[in-house]
Amino acid sequence: MHRIFSAVIVLATIVFVCAPVFIAWAPYESTMGLVQKIFYFHLPSWAAMFVAAFVCGIASAVFLFRGRLISDRIAVASAELVVVFGLIGLVSGPLWARKAWGVWWQWDARLTMALVLWMIFIAYLLLREYGGPGSEKLAAGVAIFGMANVPFVYWSVNVWRTIHPTTNVVPTLVPGMRGPLWWSLVGFLLLYGLAMMARVRLETQRATLDRIYRDLND
Amino acid sequence: MKRFFTVALLIMRKDLRVETRSRELFLTTLFFSVSTVLVFAFGFVRDGRPVENAVAGILWIAIAFAGTLALGRTFERERYHDVLKALLLAPVDRPAIYVGKLLSILALLGAVEVVIVPLVALLFQAPLFREPILAILLFSLGTLGFCAVGTLFGAMLVRARSRDVLLPVLLYPITIPVIIAGVRGTAALLQPEVDVAMIRAWIGMLVFFDVVFITLSLWTFEPVMTE
Repeated sequence: MHRIFSAVIVLATIVFVCAPVFIAWAPYESTMGLVQKIFYFHLPSWAAMFVAAFVCGIASAVFLFRGRLISDRIAVASAELVVVFGLIGLVSGPLWARKAWGVWWQWDARLTMALVLWMIFIAYLLLREYGGPGSEKLAAGVAIFGMANVPFVYWSVNVWRTIHPTTNVVPTLVPGMRGPLWWSLVGFLLLYGLAMMARVRLETQRATLDRIYRDLND
Repeated sequence: MKRFFTVALLIMRKDLRVETRSRELFLTTLFFSVSTVLVFAFGFVRDGRPVENAVAGILWIAIAFAGTLALGRTFERERYHDVLKALLLAPVDRPAIYVGKLLSILALLGAVEVVIVPLVALLFQAPLFREPILAILLFSLGTLGFCAVGTLFGAMLVRARSRDVLLPVLLYPITIPVIIAGVRGTAALLQPEVDVAMIRAWIGMLVFFDVVFITLSLWTFEPVMTE
């Protein structure tokens, strides 16, 4: 575990150090200019959020039906990272939207869906924080429901409205922009993996400490 | 299978008997939803007429609020004398308990809607019943979806701290698709020309939602409820 962690740290550092250079080298977009470069930050953060949400849902199901403590730790670490990466997306999105659409926020399908998903995971963390003892199991139920909800939210907000650039924006990118985008995407996913491993380790150590403390008292 | 439904119906009958004797939940929930409608009327009525499409929103917010209140109170009642614990100790299928509670909450919220929906139609001159079958389907499927998720969350929060505030915090983000379908479907009902295709699409989504979430609830009820 320790060796993998160190390897990922080295890799992620290299990726993050090089990323600004590649992004600076990438060609300027004709209409939006510099603001378009938020894209290299914005899309990877949402991608990392969706990966984290998916991991949290699966880990919660494993925890609920198999009772493995490690999956609960992975679930809570991922849920926290969903909120962090979601926040990055929610901050960087409006900065771009102000330039592209002239407003900070639009009730567009993708924005609404991302907001709803983000809020489900905030609710998950609130339940764990304030639900008292035994709330991990309840939170696992919420995470499973949250994951099952994704297609429904997607469909319903899509019928409701849509103005966001669609997913086919990536294949239409100028080749010079594609490289830095994939680079940033890898960087963000590495960052997610790294933060998750560190958080799971923290949770495990906390549990060990609790056990030692209990044993001492007995 | 027969035993499963016998247990569910027994639990529903128990809840309805308690309710018909006190009428506490029905009256308080109904009064609360009427007050909600009144508060919204001040916000969304200009020059004596409601803002376009506001009626659909007002109606579904009133239903969602009333539903949350009813769910919270129903399970609070179960908590007082450890009724839920007793039910879980009984040698019956756990999912049958879920179905029983779901049926009784549906009956309660359905009774509230029977009053509140025509009342809103009357107060805001909203022609809700030009397509009566579609309207009834929309409201019943929407209520079913909301209650299916709400019953599971209400039941599992019985043993959590700060359950009063956590119920809406968890319930609203998860039931967003139901609310969107309800509001947009109702808005389609209220168009000058009823948009039948749109209402059918929303009803279709609600059927999917209900099937998926009732299945998930039946599946997760036991592991979530046992410590």
